[in-house]
Amino acid sequence: MANIKELSHNPEGLTGGHRLCAGCGASITVRQVMLAAGGTPVVTGCATGCLEVSTTIYPYTSWTGPFIHNAFENSAATVSGVEAAFKGLQRAGKIPADKQMKFVAFGGDGGTYDIGLQSLSGAMERGHDMVYVCYDNGAYMNTGIQRSSATPFGAWATTAEVGKAQQGKVQRRKDLTSIIADHGVYAAQASISHWKDLTNKAEKAFAVKGPAFINVLSPCPRGWRTLPSASVEIAKLGVQTGFWPLFEVEDGHWRQTVKVMNRKPVTEFLKPQGRFKHLFTPENAELLEAVQGEVDRYWDYIMRRCDCEA
Amino acid sequence: MAVEQKTVATTGNIMVAEAMRQSAPDVMAAYPITPQTTIVEEYAKYVAQGRVHTEYVTVESEHSAMSACIGASAAGARVMTATSSQGLAYMWEQLHIASGLRCPIVMANANRALAAPINIHCDHSDIMGARDTGWVIYFAETAQEAYDNTLMSVRVAEHPDVMLPVMTTLDGFITTHTIDRARLLSDEDAAKFVGTYTPEHALLDTDNPTSHGNFASLGGTYFEFKKAQRNAIDRSMEVIKNVGAEFAELSGRPFDVVEGWGMDDAEYVIIAIGSTAGNCRHVARELRAKGVAAGVLKIRVFRPFPFTEVAEAIKGVKAVAVLDRSESFGAEGGPVFLEVRSALYDMETRPLVINYIYGLGGADVKLELIQQVYDDLVDLADGVHESGRLVYLGAR
Repeated sequence: MANIKELSHNPEGLTGGHRLCAGCGASITVRQVMLAAGGTPVVTGCATGCLEVSTTIYPYTSWTGPFIHNAFENSAATVSGVEAAFKGLQRAGKIPADKQMKFVAFGGDGGTYDIGLQSLSGAMERGHDMVYVCYDNGAYMNTGIQRSSATPFGAWATTAEVGKAQQGKVQRRKDLTSIIADHGVYAAQASISHWKDLTNKAEKAFAVKGPAFINVLSPCPRGWRTLPSASVEIAKLGVQTGFWPLFEVEDGHWRQTVKVMNRKPVTEFLKPQGRFKHLFTPENAELLEAVQGEVDRYWDYIMRRCDCEA
Repeated sequence: MAVEQKTVATTGNIMVAEAMRQSAPDVMAAYPITPQTTIVEEYAKYVAQGRVHTEYVTVESEHSAMSACIGASAAGARVMTATSSQGLAYMWEQLHIASGLRCPIVMANANRALAAPINIHCDHSDIMGARDTGWVIYFAETAQEAYDNTLMSVRVAEHPDVMLPVMTTLDGFITTHTIDRARLLSDEDAAKFVGTYTPEHALLDTDNPTSHGNFASLGGTYFEFKKAQRNAIDRSMEVIKNVGAEFAELSGRPFDVVEGWGMDDAEYVIIAIGSTAGNCRHVARELRAKGVAAGVLKIRVFRPFPFTEVAEAIKGVKAVAVLDRSESFGAEGGPVFLEVRSALYDMETRPLVINYIYGLGGADVKLELIQQVYDDLVDLADGVHESGRLVYLGAR
């Protein structure tokens, strides 16, 4: 696995000068993932969303390599097609048989957990040689912070409002990484705060012959109501509190990749975020406990699958 | 002199599959839906037998079928797929993106009714719902035309003046499943006719990286892209004709965007698309024997719509009936009627015109019904009926 010095010599997939917000987790995710591809040419597909609209404003592009955007829900299916074309053209002798290429699709949580789940599942099942990366910021941020199935329990969103009768999202988060892992493919959960862990996973994902999936915790300062300068720190708290366990599933073997000693209370992850502000009022004390309960439940579940002491 | 061809007895779907195989696509996306399925099933056999180099992608939905086609086409591959009815409707969003990204995809559509109530039989509700998505659209009357149209589609789609997706359609069950007599070009002649595809901007050309599907909603660039798309489909008319003429020479089967029968001196004309044109010709032939100046005008290319050709063909005709095998709820008439009546507007002397909605959901189109239309046309010309009426032909 490449060290930081080696990574620094690899070509950048995404240049500066794009129009994503300062502190955006998506751009950090993309840069780390693309560095891990080494020197092999990569075709990138992107779902509709902040990442796509902010990096491809015609006639400009921030992508240094070939790039395709199709629609919101189908970056997995679109990149399936690109990869299929590579195989078909190689078989026809129109592309040299020894030419190496990588294929990666990026989507946010809305385009991946919700509307894009079918197309992602289809691509994983068919076995295309591609990497799918979900940048999970826990809501539909591009359309203005609406709840998605990735939004954590208790979080405020514009379609999961806070008022007398309701305190943010009432359902728990969908566990997409486990769903994709159960397709029998390489699957991992990573965070922008743990670059070494993320780039190692991306290197593995690119090296796998067949489909691979990485779900990356990618804070959104706008939607999380946080300072742009705090993104990496908050992502780290997501890992340290156990809200976002770092693990990978390889050949059906589940493994915790970053050990968390003395898991911090989830309040440390919630406190700096404006979207959880309402949970800290005295009348919502029970709700705050319920959030901790949900984090504990998920942590225990993942640790059991990783065969670790919870 | 036409080249030597093999006469076969087979279905429209098998003929489409054969044309696709002979065109050697690099990628085919396959998803089953009746009555299209036998196309992709037949193709699966070619794949299993190792007769094609095609990467056969068994997608999980029609939406992903078209998404994968777009990815593959942008990548630089020759790409094909097939669908029908709800499948075509499910692709609707992607149909726009395929044409907007200027992907020369070739797709067969087995024309079939849309739910609800659910119905698997022929009408044109599906394809007419897709008529404004920027695709070139052919209609086939027979298995032979389904085959011929498919081969021509490849040339039209990939022509540098066009670069648009093309749909070749055939009527569900009537043309897709019934055994018909057809002539098949040799693999060599077909391959020579379609030629090879060399994309100008391919994603897989990593030495010259390109971005496809960028964000263009600021500063009016979206508007400019749409104008360019309109220009391309307008330009396709000449390409369709030229490719058609070349194909006619090769195959010995004449091709035109509109095809008339008895039109030279016709007074009463039925305009139809798809398989029904055959029934119309049969009745018109009988009427001619009785001295009635009956004619039939079949529209073979629906997008771009051949306005000039239609107007020219029906000049001097007394009364015209337009047959629509789909509804356009709340409109003045069916989709074909709206186009034809629009084509008539600029004519100095316009024939009387009447619209029939017929055969929805596979309802029988019996010869008596066609006879009734011609009877109506005579009455219309004699002033018994008024012009412009909408008639539900054969509905209880």
